[in-house]
Amino acid sequence: MTQPDTDTPSLYQAREPIFPRRVKGAFRTMKWWIMAVTLGIYYITPWLRWDRGPNLPDQAVLIDMAGRRFFFFMIEIWPHEFYFVAGLLIMAGLGLFLFTSAAGRVWCGYACPQTVWTDLFILVERWIEGDRNARLRLHRQAWNAEKARKRAVKWTVWLLIALGTGGAWVFYFTDAPTLLGDLLTGSAHPVAYITIAILTGTTFAFGGFAREQICIYACPWPRIQAAMVDEDTLTIGYRDWRGEPRGKQDVAGNGDCIDCMACVNVCPMGIDIRNGQQMACITCGLCIDACNDVMDRIGKPRDLIGYMALTDEVRERAGQPAKSVWAHVFRPRTIMYTVLWAGVGVGLVVALFLRSPIDINVTPVRNPTYVTLSDGSIRNAYDLRLRNKSGDDQQFGISVTSEEFVTLSLEGAEGLIVTVPANETATQRVYLTAAAGSEAAGDDRSDVRLWVEEVGSTNRAHLDTVFNGKEDGDD
Amino acid sequence: MCAKQVKKEPRQVETTGHQWDGIEELNNPLPRWWVWVFYATIVWGIGYTVAYPAWPLITGATPGVIGGSTRADVAAEIERFDAANSAIKAKLVAADLNAIGSDPDLAGYAERAGAAVFRTNCTTCHGSGAAGFVGKGYPNLLDDDWLWGGTMEDIHLTITHGIRNTTDPDARYSEMPKYGVDELLDATQIGQVVEHVLKISGQEHDAVAAEAGATVFAENCAACHMEDGAGDRTQGAPKLTDAIWLYGGTREAITYTVTNARFGVMPNWNKRLSEDDIRAVAFYVHSRGGGE
Repeated sequence: MTQPDTDTPSLYQAREPIFPRRVKGAFRTMKWWIMAVTLGIYYITPWLRWDRGPNLPDQAVLIDMAGRRFFFFMIEIWPHEFYFVAGLLIMAGLGLFLFTSAAGRVWCGYACPQTVWTDLFILVERWIEGDRNARLRLHRQAWNAEKARKRAVKWTVWLLIALGTGGAWVFYFTDAPTLLGDLLTGSAHPVAYITIAILTGTTFAFGGFAREQICIYACPWPRIQAAMVDEDTLTIGYRDWRGEPRGKQDVAGNGDCIDCMACVNVCPMGIDIRNGQQMACITCGLCIDACNDVMDRIGKPRDLIGYMALTDEVRERAGQPAKSVWAHVFRPRTIMYTVLWAGVGVGLVVALFLRSPIDINVTPVRNPTYVTLSDGSIRNAYDLRLRNKSGDDQQFGISVTSEEFVTLSLEGAEGLIVTVPANETATQRVYLTAAAGSEAAGDDRSDVRLWVEEVGSTNRAHLDTVFNGKEDGDD
Repeated sequence: MCAKQVKKEPRQVETTGHQWDGIEELNNPLPRWWVWVFYATIVWGIGYTVAYPAWPLITGATPGVIGGSTRADVAAEIERFDAANSAIKAKLVAADLNAIGSDPDLAGYAERAGAAVFRTNCTTCHGSGAAGFVGKGYPNLLDDDWLWGGTMEDIHLTITHGIRNTTDPDARYSEMPKYGVDELLDATQIGQVVEHVLKISGQEHDAVAAEAGATVFAENCAACHMEDGAGDRTQGAPKLTDAIWLYGGTREAITYTVTNARFGVMPNWNKRLSEDDIRAVAFYVHSRGGGE
């Protein structure tokens, strides 16, 4: 065995702290709005109410695990309709494809929860510890009362935000006002506390400390995105043909970049966009704001750093004007994604409106396929499952139509009416009997159609099944 | 973001001496973490065999310090379910037999528990679908023809005490004479009575022989099967006029039955099943379509 080399480079790189400077501009404003809207939706949605009648929850958006039901305003999804959720996930996926192929990592830069919460945490950090330079100073100075106080306040506020984040999550799964009361009195289910604890911990750690590390090392999405980006995709780039050589403004021969480091100082990922396209860039647009601010002040045209596509670079280097943004956005690839996305969406909406109000299911009993009764008639049994999706007890009338005459009867009931309790599924055994010597009794197989109608409404549904007779030669 | 350029010589590592097409196999040491995990699994394995039953002995195995037992786990699990069901079982035992169906809780429990009891105990003879084995003497429980009655009380009584067994004095009993074997009737008479039975069950028959068979039937069979062949449930005498034949309704099958007699036996279940299980399976059978 050899001794390990002392100069072996470490496999791990220590995180270099990043202190993004405050910036103002169009992209920053847009990010504030997106943050307000997304966080607003996230925190407020569980508290919206929606009246569904006495026996159903009145929470507008509720994932009822125990009742195996998903409520979304006027829509109610049962487990057997899970394809709606699958469809929504497909739409979300295609939507990401569309946005990524059109405008690169817009999801990462503006809408991703990791970005939004990190942005919020950085805002809190700035309020408490000051802007970049103050934070740098605080970071470098030895621990004293001021540093301890500022850190303690910052971490407390972060923790409260994290707690609110984890807390809001559990409200989606049970009645929010009830759960809040239970949480405060300590009588909520342990799962609620554990979920809140985990989400509080991850929000605190990811938003406060891990930050860009999540995007660079943990998140798989940037790797997948690479497959959806092409030379027409809008990304953020530095016009080095305009900016270089960077340096003092007054020196002849220098480009527009005065090397003020504004773009680097505002970057939440701690990168230098002037090094070109790179893995860590989440395209949040803050460097554009920072650079435009500087360009305005030194009297140079804006967009030294800006959104552009790879093809634009070639054109601009050759002295031609860049293509318009819309020319990049509308191209076969994005149009195809849009068509697919809209197709799934239209399909889901149509399916939603075509849902039968009555949910039934029939299983012919195959063991045995038929029973001979004492008068020689042939009887088949069927297990009919009736689902009552309403909040009230519901009566269902059962009837049968068939080419060959069969009579219908129900197990355990005199008439042909079945009552299903509210929000339940009932299995009713149904019998069809063909008289001795009748055609259905002698045929191996006859088609029959069972009808189910809601008593007191016009809703009805049918199911096709078969009647098995006694063939010659059978015992 | 400035990664330092690191230039260094390849490390000197011993080779195993193996070479393939000039490619040497380096004898790199295992990663430290890997070695420690490997040792840890050994320690864990030893600890596990001490803690839990593991080492085989001649008539068993070492019990282990903690003494886990999957059998005991299963027993505890069964006990837990029994305890959870004890209330509904007591309710089932106390309920009126005919009222079980009108109580959704009881009916739901009896249906499921009865299905489990049926699958475990009854399917051997009556089939997994309760359709019996027609022609082989195992009754179909789905139809509307019952040897000993098809009400809840009748079914409950039959399951509790069984039929024609020697293990329960309360089992209902009857025995058909072996008309042929014991020479109670001669071959001609048997032929005639078979024609009569074919006639009353609406099958093709020899009218002349059936006429003579009517007399034979009245003298020998009517005591149990009644004059019109409608059978007698108090004696378990089957109805002969319908389309259902426990041992087959052909001329040959009926001739065999009259000659040799039949003697279907069902065990009494009161020794093997609890009252709540008997009630549950009775309800299950009753609700398969034939219950009266």
